[in-house]
Amino acid sequence: MTRALSDVKRRRIDELIAHTSDAGGVSLLRDAGRRLVRNPTAIVGAAIIVLFLIIAIFAPLVAPHDPVQRFPELTQNLTVDTIPGAQAGHPLGSDPLGRDFASRMIYGARQTLFVGVLATLIGLLAGVLLGAVAGAVGGWVDAVVMRLTDVMLALPSLLLAITLVALARESSQWTVIVAVAIVNVPIFARLLRGSMLAQRESDHVLAARALGVKQRHIVSRHMLPNSLTAVIVQATLTFAVAILDAAALSFLGLGDPDINRAEWGLMLGVDGVRYFEVRPELAYYPALAIILVALGFTLLGESIREALDPKNRR
Amino acid sequence: MPLLDVRDLSVVFQRKGTRPVRAVDGVSFTVEPGQTVGLVGESGCGKSVTSLAIMGLLPRRGNKVTGEVRFDETDLLKLRPQDLRDWRGRDIGMIFQDPLSSLNPVIPLGLQVAEVLERHQGRTRKAALKQARDLLDAVGIPDPDRRLDEFPHQLSGGMRQRALIAIALACKPRLLIADEPTTALDVTIQAQILTLLKELVDDSGTALVMITHDLGVVAGLCDTVNVLYAGKVVERAYRHQLFAEPRHPYTHGLLQSVPRLDVDRGERLHQIRGSVSDNIPWSEGCAFAPRCDRVIDDCIGETVPLEPTFRGGALRCTNPVPQEVPA
Repeated sequence: MTRALSDVKRRRIDELIAHTSDAGGVSLLRDAGRRLVRNPTAIVGAAIIVLFLIIAIFAPLVAPHDPVQRFPELTQNLTVDTIPGAQAGHPLGSDPLGRDFASRMIYGARQTLFVGVLATLIGLLAGVLLGAVAGAVGGWVDAVVMRLTDVMLALPSLLLAITLVALARESSQWTVIVAVAIVNVPIFARLLRGSMLAQRESDHVLAARALGVKQRHIVSRHMLPNSLTAVIVQATLTFAVAILDAAALSFLGLGDPDINRAEWGLMLGVDGVRYFEVRPELAYYPALAIILVALGFTLLGESIREALDPKNRR
Repeated sequence: MPLLDVRDLSVVFQRKGTRPVRAVDGVSFTVEPGQTVGLVGESGCGKSVTSLAIMGLLPRRGNKVTGEVRFDETDLLKLRPQDLRDWRGRDIGMIFQDPLSSLNPVIPLGLQVAEVLERHQGRTRKAALKQARDLLDAVGIPDPDRRLDEFPHQLSGGMRQRALIAIALACKPRLLIADEPTTALDVTIQAQILTLLKELVDDSGTALVMITHDLGVVAGLCDTVNVLYAGKVVERAYRHQLFAEPRHPYTHGLLQSVPRLDVDRGERLHQIRGSVSDNIPWSEGCAFAPRCDRVIDDCIGETVPLEPTFRGGALRCTNPVPQEVPA
């Protein structure tokens, strides 16, 4: 016969149990934030984005010169075949009009982030709205929205953007932003609609319906939050494409008519291409900047997705 | 007066260009208040479709539901979808098979329990969460305060099913439909969940419709058992009656197929020949005839009617297993 468990040991067991199970529940957002901070990928991505944001916001303080001013010491050496390189006071040399290239790069961060972020956001919002409606309502609404996106996706995105800009009465920075945003709408709409459909058939949505939850709450609480991760990732990728699309429009002369405006896409697509044989740096630097920013957004976006996925919680 | 009176319920799956499929074919049964009724049958016999039809949860397109589902004198099939929504969760609760996928993965458990209270009892978020804590406690989830903030994947399978039971019973419904609530759980947890269900149902006076293929569950829980085959009720009896003297060869076969401890080791387990897809239309005779050991000429020809036996029981068979004559 075994002896009964002593009270001391029994208490020890309770202690041990209490100790192992006090991990505690924390809110999804706080937990996601905590894991984000611990993830080196996220740190690198965030660091890149913050760096460029600081440059963009404090451009007047960071830039050595006015980005639109033409400098005599640069213009006097300017010919069709030579563009002055780095020299005292102008670390990156001149652009094809004798303006300080370094300052234009720095001011360019402003323009480029503005166009890219805004075009992505507008496209994202409109796409999510359309996709959510299509996926939630289904039936003929779904059919109409999806045929519309089919038509839009059938056209090459740049061709579609060109058409949209051409339709606008006068071109400005905003026509470019809106055109690029519209091109991205069907991608977001289709993506979200797909995962909404999968959610609609899921057991937990059926369970919610069995509890009499209202249709709009089923969409907003049960279907949408479970469908958004794919869209978040897509948004980070879209950002890079949006910058390049905007650049392409500028290159084709459909962008902002203001020739003084400094924007990486414009600098790469117009000056960079035209003077590539004379001074390839005019293309290299804007291209490098675009790649870096896009990389930053992609890294951060991917880590956000990972952090938000409750299945990765420990 | 029965709480739930299902009369001649039929569900036909109809897709363009395909042959219509009769998943449920004129099923009738009643549930008295506080009673536990079992729906038993093998996969594909129409158990789950019956429960979804009662709840009005079948997709509207491609399905035709006919018959009557009288709940407390109201025909649920005639209600508008938005009105039926008020009944679901408040008067009729439902528990599903897979507890993990039935919970929303991105919402903390507490909010999922609170949602149904906010919806049907007009509670504020705060009051609902407080009540959710007590509900989780009542279904035996340890440390409910902490669990409120946790997500479904952080819980064990048994705890998830307990949580689902808490959600289903939150508004004290008069009827609970449990669609194979223990299938996804391991055996030790199955017993706990069944005990819990029985306690809660007995305490609150909730009627329970238990859908299962597991005769062990039926044996422990149900007052009356309906055996379904190919969309029709083939036998209905009180639990003890059914286990002691199954009359329909299908019921008999099912009971024979259960492994028993008191049978010699070397003996082969009994099986029912063929599968549920080997059947003939009910209009041509008995659907079970191709698999039946007791098939006779009378089984083929016309629909076999469901004849009442005694004490509310019923049987659909031309050549039933003979009753043992008391010695």
